[in-house]
Amino acid sequence: MTVHAFAFYVFATLVVASGALTILARNPVHSVLWLILAFFNGAGLMLLVGAEFIAMLLVIVYVGAVAVLFMFVVMMLDIDFAEMRAGFTRYLPFGLLIAAVLLAEMILAAGVWSLGETGVDARLEPVDPSLPNIEAIGRALYDRYLLVFEGAGIVLLVAMVGAIVLTHRDRSGTRPQNVASQIRRRPEDATRNTQPEVGEGIEL
Amino acid sequence: MTEFFQGALGYGFGWFVATAILILMIVLPLLLAVAMIIYADRKIWAAIALRRGPNVVGPFGLLQSFADGLKVFLQETIIPSSANRGLFLIAPIITFTVALIAWAVIPFGETMVLANINVGLLYILAASSLGVYGVVIAGWASNSKYPFYSALRAAAQMVSYEVSIGFVLLAVVMWSGSFNLQTIITTQQGHILGFINGFGFNPLIFPMAVVFLISAMAETARTPFDLTEAESELVAGYQTEYSSMSFALFWLGEYANVVLMCALNAILFWGGWLPPIDWAPLYAVPGIVWLSLKILIFFFIFSWVKATVPRYRYDQLMRLGWKIFLPFSLIWVFVISGYLMLTRYEGMF
Repeated sequence: MTVHAFAFYVFATLVVASGALTILARNPVHSVLWLILAFFNGAGLMLLVGAEFIAMLLVIVYVGAVAVLFMFVVMMLDIDFAEMRAGFTRYLPFGLLIAAVLLAEMILAAGVWSLGETGVDARLEPVDPSLPNIEAIGRALYDRYLLVFEGAGIVLLVAMVGAIVLTHRDRSGTRPQNVASQIRRRPEDATRNTQPEVGEGIEL
Repeated sequence: MTEFFQGALGYGFGWFVATAILILMIVLPLLLAVAMIIYADRKIWAAIALRRGPNVVGPFGLLQSFADGLKVFLQETIIPSSANRGLFLIAPIITFTVALIAWAVIPFGETMVLANINVGLLYILAASSLGVYGVVIAGWASNSKYPFYSALRAAAQMVSYEVSIGFVLLAVVMWSGSFNLQTIITTQQGHILGFINGFGFNPLIFPMAVVFLISAMAETARTPFDLTEAESELVAGYQTEYSSMSFALFWLGEYANVVLMCALNAILFWGGWLPPIDWAPLYAVPGIVWLSLKILIFFFIFSWVKATVPRYRYDQLMRLGWKIFLPFSLIWVFVISGYLMLTRYEGMF
């Protein structure tokens, strides 16, 4: 067994194991941590097939940002486990239904892919192998699929604006810091040097 | 060296042994440097506050960090009874390891680099974005209120500043046309007027260098942004429940991260291992000397800021990150890419 194959089996086993532990862990924070381990090993698998750019992005975006926000939310949850388990049988049929749909879609996708018209060689190496990863992705995204890519960007922008509009509330009565006015304020405007007589005090 | 070991021990095993030795050659000097830089930090801080700083252990107190290390090593490791034991112990290890792995791609000289990979900068970004997990896990696993607040603050702070750091890196990458750190350094050779090495002297990139320096302080939670361990509000933040070696690992990891950020500053904007001026006699000095000098200069700036600037309030920190740095770096990436389009790719129009 080569080092490559060994690494593949290590990563693959860990992905599956940590994926299973994500749903089996009783504590939601542990679930998120197992999920992060799964992302990591997924990135390892990407590295093995030579997609180093995707691997790094997986770590930066999913582990570094998305999972941090997951943890942020999950850490603050106060979960009643008994209540959660009570709903298990009720939601089981829905869960099974979703799982069946996903399985059917995966089989469909794999079937179409293996029956498709592109030759096996073209599928294994869809781009010029001498091109670095980043350049190949850039060529595909900004050249061939430019409109689709920009469309996806606009959809995300709309989603972001929508999320802000939905959750934004105008709080009245707050006094936010006005940095410009603080800087503009001079000592002469705020202080006064007086020499009051003893026992007289000063008018403010 | 790799060839030598591969000749003696066979291809795969030889590679393994050679890489392990190279890793030790980076990690041991690095840890030594971290110990000395902690001492330097305390000395600079003391000098600015008109104090003496550590001056008892060894000549000029040079061995202070080692004495401290020995002290924490001999202490008892206390684990709070209601803490989540496994995660409580893993957290400092994560912080420490993550702070070290990023050094794998840092080039110390023309050929002195452990892993010269073509996504080196992304690797560093990935490694530094992991640093927050040590803090967050420590805060949660301690099962105590102040560490928990600290963990929440750390998570929000690091995610916020990573965004503008990403844009700054993008500007550098656009100019040099590569994610490889060696290429980024070599494209800085004679960047200004043909003889000054470094992107930072370029008026278009200099603002980005400033944004990066400040964001690096926020990313490593150094003083104006050290809200995660603000002692007046949170005792010691996420480190509150830690003692002994687990505390020392946080401490070392934090400083290793600071040194890494200084190195990144030097590499991305000030020419890395290149001498400041493109003049042949200066190349006689080994590159690692120039890089170390630049790292020390940036570390001095870090401690200088630590000694002079008061701590930010949390809303001010968020305001700076999201309302000033993010729009500014976004617009500046736009400006730089526009300039490059005009000057470099004439055939495009």
